[in-house]
Amino acid sequence: MSDAVVPHRVEQNAPTARSGASWLKRALDSDIFYSFRRSRMTMVAAAVTVLFFLLAIFASQLAVQNPFDPAQLQLMNSRISPIWTADGQSPFLLGTDEQGRDVFSAILYGLRISLVVGLLGVILAGTLGITLGLIAGYVGGAVDGLIMRIADVQLTFPAILIALLVNGVAKSVLGNRLDAMSTLGVLVIAIGLSFWVQYARTVRGSVMVEKNKDYVAAAQLIGLPAPKIMLRHVLPNTMGPILVIATINLALAIITEATLSFLGAGMPDTMPSLGTLIRIGNNYLFAGEWWIVAFPGIALAGLILSINLLGDWLRDALNPKLR
Amino acid sequence: MLAFTLRRAIQAIGVMIAVGVIAFSMFRFAGDPVNQIVSLDTPAAEREAVRKSLGLDDPVPVQFARYFANAAQFKFGVSYQFRQPVSNLLMERMPATLELAACATVLAMVFGILMGVYSALRRDTILTKFFQAVSLIGISLPTFLIGILLIYLFSVTLGWLPSFGRGDVVRIGWWTTGLLTLSGLKALIMPSITLGLFQMTLIMRLVRAEMLEVLRTDYIRFARARGLTTRAIHFGHALKNTLVPVITVAGLQFGSVIAFAIITETVFQWPGMGLLFVQAVQNVDIPIMAAYLLMVSLIFVTINLVVDILYTVVDPRLRSTIRRPA
Repeated sequence: MSDAVVPHRVEQNAPTARSGASWLKRALDSDIFYSFRRSRMTMVAAAVTVLFFLLAIFASQLAVQNPFDPAQLQLMNSRISPIWTADGQSPFLLGTDEQGRDVFSAILYGLRISLVVGLLGVILAGTLGITLGLIAGYVGGAVDGLIMRIADVQLTFPAILIALLVNGVAKSVLGNRLDAMSTLGVLVIAIGLSFWVQYARTVRGSVMVEKNKDYVAAAQLIGLPAPKIMLRHVLPNTMGPILVIATINLALAIITEATLSFLGAGMPDTMPSLGTLIRIGNNYLFAGEWWIVAFPGIALAGLILSINLLGDWLRDALNPKLR
Repeated sequence: MLAFTLRRAIQAIGVMIAVGVIAFSMFRFAGDPVNQIVSLDTPAAEREAVRKSLGLDDPVPVQFARYFANAAQFKFGVSYQFRQPVSNLLMERMPATLELAACATVLAMVFGILMGVYSALRRDTILTKFFQAVSLIGISLPTFLIGILLIYLFSVTLGWLPSFGRGDVVRIGWWTTGLLTLSGLKALIMPSITLGLFQMTLIMRLVRAEMLEVLRTDYIRFARARGLTTRAIHFGHALKNTLVPVITVAGLQFGSVIAFAIITETVFQWPGMGLLFVQAVQNVDIPIMAAYLLMVSLIFVTINLVVDILYTVVDPRLRSTIRRPA
């Protein structure tokens, strides 16, 4: 441990130009990175997750066509099986569907939608949960009671049910004005409203412990306003568990989005996510065209599995009890 | 004890009222119900008549009271899509969902406990590693993917099991059951596995963790010192003590099994309440959505209440801690 501390102290006096390198060095020396290198499974999971993110970011460069621009589709190319089978054709790596859409390109674009909805959903749930948790823990009293009662009630209902309800209500309010982009927004809100409770509970618990410590008393003494104390001083001390919840929640959010889209209550066919692709592909399963559903399914399962593995590792690595 | 039960019951009623408010506001604020009933070219006067006959021009509290009084008698209005009373539709579909949920829970309990006990007792065998891999898959694979995989394997490729529906059902009073016919049983297999897999994973992990904890306690060590057989220690003493939390979790999870049945029922076109609800969400059939929400909440709240009360009956240690704050 002392080895790690000494260079850090020297580095503080060094010119600021090297602070980037020292940050990297500190990160590489840390316990978390050590436990990361010790677990081969985690490294594979991290690599797969990064790969999925890269595929999603560079989707338009990697795809052979924009699969949802009808002008680029040709019915001549429909129902081609994957490239390694007897009927496979280049450039359709994973085959095509009924409308001549390249399955690989569709997966890339779908992955992008799934990740965007998942990430935004987690950010919304996190912001909502952290804010309410901070208020509940810091203010206490009746406010705390009210927020936590709502949380208790919501916790008895599975997230998917809440998300479906939010979706149904949004549909009936917006009616025909609900295009692909606003559906995405509705999904993000549905996911955010379904998953905030866990953040709120965790933050509230940590805040109750932290707010009795001397540094909070000191901050109050010098007259800092309560929101500033909460955000700048108390919140950073609760970030560890939040990071773990957010990682595992990302997997859950992606599952929830995929499930909603699969049930037909999510992304429309014109702007499909992985779940929508699986719903579409499911219709061709009995015709023997397994690749239309199999590859989006594998992509979804691989993505969720690797994020879950990362989350499990992060939970163990940040848990001081297990050290 | 009585005070505790009473307080919990009041809480449960509070939750139901809250859910009722949500269900009611779905009606009130999510679109105009009159538009759902009349056609586009209905004259305004006729619309007003419909509005009046539905009581929609009464003050909101009056409407809420009426809605609640009707809901308490299981009158949920008429479905927009089917033009039938929602309560009839729900009653018709409820046996299918309850049967599926019960089968899935039994399956999850039996296999979850067996796998959990085995992986706690034989920690480093290949079979344990396999079980752990299965549990990771059970958590990571979305329910609908598992269903599709099973359909592809057993219906499309092997042709052993039907891919949709309940098969032949037998009617006993108002209840329909698929448990008494061969095709009904065959149709039940894949949906139950799909629905139960997640719960099985949960129970397996719980049993394993609890077993490992119990096996470290003093009374197990004492039982060993007394020279009891391993079998008696493991199954007579250790397992028995792990079962209380397992039964609690399984009981509480029964509610979410019913909710998750939405997905399974859609994959297998199982004619239950969940499929009805999904179709209602797709077609914006608010009466069905609201009624489903109320029914599922009622089931949840009842289970929670019963489990809470049973807990104090089963575990006397809890009684003293409950009495103190009261």
